[in-house]
Amino acid sequence: MNLPHPLARSLVTVRKGPFFIDLGVAACALAAFFAVVSTGVYWFQKPMPVVPISSSVSVLPLYAFYSIVRMIIAYFLSLAFAVTYGYIAAYNARVEPWMIAVLDILQSIPVLSFLPPVVLAMVALVPGHQLGIEMAVIFLIFTGQSWNLAFSFYTSLKTIPREMLEASRIYRYSAWQRFWQLEMPFSAIGLVWNSIVSVAGGWFALIFCETFTMGARNFQLPGLGSYIQTATNGGDVHALLAGIGAVIVIVVATDQQVWRPLIAWSDKFKFEQVESADEVKSPILELIRHSKICQTLPGKIWSRIEEPLYERLAQTRECRVVKPLDAQAGKTSPVLYALAAAGALAVCWAAAQAILMLKSVTLADLRLLLEGAAATFLRVNAALLISAAWTIPVGVAIGLNLRLARVVQPVAQIMASVPATAFFPVLLIGLVKLGGGLGIGSIALMLLGTQWYVLFNVIAGAIAIPSDLREVASLYHFTRWQRWTKLILPGIFPYLITGMVTASGGAWNASVMAEYSHVQGATLQTIGLGAQIDAATDSGSFSMLLMATMMISLMVVTMNRLVWRRLYRLAETRFKLES
Amino acid sequence: MQETAATNPALEAPPATDVIIRAEGIEKYYAQPSQNRIQVIAPTDLSIVPGEILALLGPSGSGKSTMLRMLTGLSTPSAGQVFWHGTPIHEAEINVSIVFQSFALFPWLTVLENVEAPLQARGVAPAERRERSMRMIDMVGLDGFEAAYPKELSGGMRQRVGFARALVVEPEVLFMDEPFSALDVLTADNLRSELLELWTKKTMPTKAVFLVTHNIEEAVLLADRIIVLGRNPGRIRTDFPVHLPHPRDRKAEAFTQLVDYIYKVLTRPDVAPAAAPGQPGAVRDQRQMGYQMLPHARPGGIAGLLELLLDRGGRDDMYRLADDLAFEIDDLLPIVDAAQLLGFLKVEEGDAVITPSGEEFANSEILRQKELFRNAALENVLLLRQIRRALDAKSDHTVREDFFLDLLDEQFSEEEGQRQMDTAVTWGRYGEIFDFDAARRRFVLPDALDEEIAAGEDAS
Ligand SMILES: Nc1ncnc2c1ncn2[C@@H]1O[C@H](COP(=O)(O)OP(=O)(O)OP(=O)(O)O)[C@@H](O)[C@H]1O
Ligand SMILES: [Mg+2]
Repeated sequence: MNLPHPLARSLVTVRKGPFFIDLGVAACALAAFFAVVSTGVYWFQKPMPVVPISSSVSVLPLYAFYSIVRMIIAYFLSLAFAVTYGYIAAYNARVEPWMIAVLDILQSIPVLSFLPPVVLAMVALVPGHQLGIEMAVIFLIFTGQSWNLAFSFYTSLKTIPREMLEASRIYRYSAWQRFWQLEMPFSAIGLVWNSIVSVAGGWFALIFCETFTMGARNFQLPGLGSYIQTATNGGDVHALLAGIGAVIVIVVATDQQVWRPLIAWSDKFKFEQVESADEVKSPILELIRHSKICQTLPGKIWSRIEEPLYERLAQTRECRVVKPLDAQAGKTSPVLYALAAAGALAVCWAAAQAILMLKSVTLADLRLLLEGAAATFLRVNAALLISAAWTIPVGVAIGLNLRLARVVQPVAQIMASVPATAFFPVLLIGLVKLGGGLGIGSIALMLLGTQWYVLFNVIAGAIAIPSDLREVASLYHFTRWQRWTKLILPGIFPYLITGMVTASGGAWNASVMAEYSHVQGATLQTIGLGAQIDAATDSGSFSMLLMATMMISLMVVTMNRLVWRRLYRLAETRFKLES
Repeated sequence: MQETAATNPALEAPPATDVIIRAEGIEKYYAQPSQNRIQVIAPTDLSIVPGEILALLGPSGSGKSTMLRMLTGLSTPSAGQVFWHGTPIHEAEINVSIVFQSFALFPWLTVLENVEAPLQARGVAPAERRERSMRMIDMVGLDGFEAAYPKELSGGMRQRVGFARALVVEPEVLFMDEPFSALDVLTADNLRSELLELWTKKTMPTKAVFLVTHNIEEAVLLADRIIVLGRNPGRIRTDFPVHLPHPRDRKAEAFTQLVDYIYKVLTRPDVAPAAAPGQPGAVRDQRQMGYQMLPHARPGGIAGLLELLLDRGGRDDMYRLADDLAFEIDDLLPIVDAAQLLGFLKVEEGDAVITPSGEEFANSEILRQKELFRNAALENVLLLRQIRRALDAKSDHTVREDFFLDLLDEQFSEEEGQRQMDTAVTWGRYGEIFDFDAARRRFVLPDALDEEIAAGEDAS
């Protein structure tokens, strides 16, 4: 079974941007933060209605519907963003390193850190109305979904084989035709796999974000997330289980009704020149394929729209002249330079203001933050180690038994899609009952979400170990030790790294939720960066939020560059098994 | 002195209006990180005129593909200009097609959709599009496969689709970049003769064909005019017409003579370097610089060639050698070049001639061979000599690979620099000049090895 490496690839894209670009981008982010906070605080005086959440099971379908609509809107926004962003980055050499650095930093910021500024901005846009909060939540889901999609699309565009690009140029394709016949198909598989990861991330954020407190205010939107949280706060186990059940049903249904057909369909975009034997089967796709109307109608409508467009486009200069692939970017006009300089100045000023905000952070706060950073760092890595420790033996055992793997792997894939945030409350209530603290408990909470990615990838790695290598191993009577060190571990290494990279991103994100929670009216927390972010949101302390977010982002970006990217390179070069 | 070859005067100055594509002094260099620029193509003039198949021959890396891309407007020359019927190519509505070595078909489109796509780009109405595409698919012998996807087809059939797509727009010039080299011999032969038939019977409205290849026989089989490119930087070595009537017989005397002649051109040692063109900036000609270009041959291959040559009495025709070994010239040439560089062999009039030192090498047993190889390599190859000196000079007897890579990068592209290094490592290891620790990317002295050998010699 062939697995693309969607997220991992996006984390470790080869980048050539110099260090000052990262600095510049960080400055822009700071500036944006300052702008939003200073305008939002002004509007924040207006009253805001709070919708009460019912705990009756009969409202669940309605709540589920609300949440799903939010997800769908956010997903399509993310997709549109990803395609636009990736396209611009890939085709504009001048802004490319900047845009990629922006993505790199954005994806290291936990979703929750976006919450206060986003809410402020949206409330400022639509003051005194529930719509502002609605838009804020959708935007938060968007931040949990879009970065890896954008990375995926960008990398796909950059890896289109040169001769295919040349073919599209020499046959004078318009940008429109190139997009639909070359760029989109070529990126389709990456986009589908990343969408699965993205939507899982979206659910994760949604469940957390539908209810939150900021300063003295409570915000609530009707939906599955607030249902689960209300149940947790009230200690209503019955409602809690019903809510979790609803989430699982939705995730499984999405997997069966949407992702499987999509994966099966996207098989046609495989770039391999040979037909592959095993493919994902989907009854729904078969059904659609056998339906006459579904087969011909969309094509007919589409060509109605397209044909006149092609005729018109063929008359444009773009379609009459062959454009060189290595065209030099034109000279930038002095006006643009002046604008860029003015923009840079404004950014510097705003960034300086944001940093000035930090001066309210006391030395004691700083110590707390540093301790928190160390604690969270240790926790994330402990969670990763534990996942690796149990998934490697189990995953290999499953992967080497093909029949078992066929059953377990889809299950692991679904488990990876179930948002861990839905299970947190159960674990939390358990912790409260046992009287345990969150210190160790939060590791368990992180594990909940992250281990499945590792398991899923290890199984795929074990399946991919060529059978002739395994035969050689048994032919030469390898000892158990030799089998593991010479065959199995090197064989699964690239897959393991892929899983760990994804899991590490997830664990950092989860730390925010795992280290701090409201359960049954009480607040559970432990020392950690995530807890700081959470507490700062709750108390509306922007300086702490900013400081903690900067630290977490710095740590994630550094870890990605120093550790994961290197390991990934190694996996791509040294341990690649050609099959 | 710029090397210009025997050109047919009639071809050299065709009536200006008749020329389809004319390149004037085009050259190409690539920027290097170290401020230098690598010249890939030296200033070159070239014309494509109606009614001929023009073949561009040359060793690997001589810039054939680069040349083709400049002539089609896909790549802008670093200097000079390309004209399409007298207008600069980027302002003209040109009508050319390219057949690619890798086929470059879109795997998600059916055969029919692949062939239709270029017409769609030109705004041809659906009905006409379909009709023209079907006709073209029939013409290349693929009727019945319209609805198939490329991955369901064999390599030969895929390239047929490539031809159909190229011909469906009725191009004035058909460009081909090694169109047959990804196919097996029989399939390639078949496709070649079918293409020739289309051309000679004027079934296709194409006025000229431009074929890039590194297969000499293919060029002689098809072309009306052959241009041979030399390497470092790419430049025209010779440009001559072929007057043999079609269909051509590979066994015919005139045919083999021509093939032989081209072999000689390709294997002739480089003439004195051309004067550096009056270019501003640091355009450097690789031949004027310190490092020789190491041919990418393995020592085992060199030994094998020398032994074979000795077996043949120390002298043999290169063409026959390649033929007997069933080698492509591109495979044999690096080995010959390497042996020549080490002083084991000379090339005279297209014959390979073994030298006394080569003879000694071929007659020795393996340890002695290594020693002879080491001496010859240290004497003739600057890079190896430098590495060894650096190792001897340093107290810990190890040197980083990067150090030499940086030096190589001054002169070669990054990719070629790495290839040069890889070859140097293979040679150095074989000759026990040094050892290479691949994990740490460092050169080390083969002390341990030396001691072992010394001990062995003492004992005997
Ligand atoms: N983008 C680039 N940057 C740097 N060097 C390049 C680039 N493209 C090509 N080259 C160099 O230009 C030279 C000529 O390349 P080109 O592909 O034109 O050769 P070729 O004759 O077609 O070779 P082959 O027979 O292998 O196809 C090579 O040495 C190559 O390394
Ligand atoms: Mg080439």
